[in-house]
Amino acid sequence: MADPMRIRAQQKGDTTEVRVLMAHIMETGQRKDSAGNTVPAHHIQTVSATWNGKPVLAANFGPAVSQNPVMNFTFKGGAKGEKVIVTWTDNKGDKRTDEAVIS
Amino acid sequence: MNTQRRHTLQRASGLAVIAAAISAGLLPASAFANWNKAAFDAKNMAEVLKAMGGSAAEKSADIVITAPDIAENGAVVPIAVASKIANTQSISILVEKNPSSLAAEFEILPGTEANVGTRVKMGQSSNIHAVVKAGGKYYVATKEVKVTLGGCGG
Repeated sequence: MADPMRIRAQQKGDTTEVRVLMAHIMETGQRKDSAGNTVPAHHIQTVSATWNGKPVLAANFGPAVSQNPVMNFTFKGGAKGEKVIVTWTDNKGDKRTDEAVIS
Repeated sequence: MNTQRRHTLQRASGLAVIAAAISAGLLPASAFANWNKAAFDAKNMAEVLKAMGGSAAEKSADIVITAPDIAENGAVVPIAVASKIANTQSISILVEKNPSSLAAEFEILPGTEANVGTRVKMGQSSNIHAVVKAGGKYYVATKEVKVTLGGCGG
């Protein structure tokens, strides 16, 4: 199972800024190992974020997103103490869900 | 050689199972959770637009790409895209000279600001295109990023 994400949700006026750092190898499927075999692609495909159960962002990633992907976005609303939940799924069906409290 | 082939076969069948599960609706899929394989396999902007269901993209000055002019490390190039176009529905980041152009696409839901950021890999110096879908139309802005050290292979 993958390592936890680091999520930071910060209230700024009437908006909430969310920054997510996902721990993932993001292998492109282009690279070859020392024996010359192609390293199979292994990357995050879909990411979704919800706030109070309401979806606020959905994203699709290709293999060109950097290793340990970072994503930031801002949504209207959000109060201190409320939860932001982020889930990703990769191309091998692995998934990870983490949550953060808005501060 | 044979074990390699075994591995490939196993992996292929595993992927097929996942694909079948998704198409059968067994995995939770929101409107945007379907990974658009055709778009992510596309080699240039025209193909990506076609795979996303559009045809031509209009140039727009209302899309702001924040990216370095020169990126030292092509494996980690920070890109942020902000759109001032009303009713922005999605933002896609394309790297022209990567093996597959489309790097990431973001769906902007109501209440979310059309301003997203991430980090992408770049194989070589290239144009970055930000494609914004708003009101069923596509808009594009372009910025060139020079890479001193490529991010693919190594």
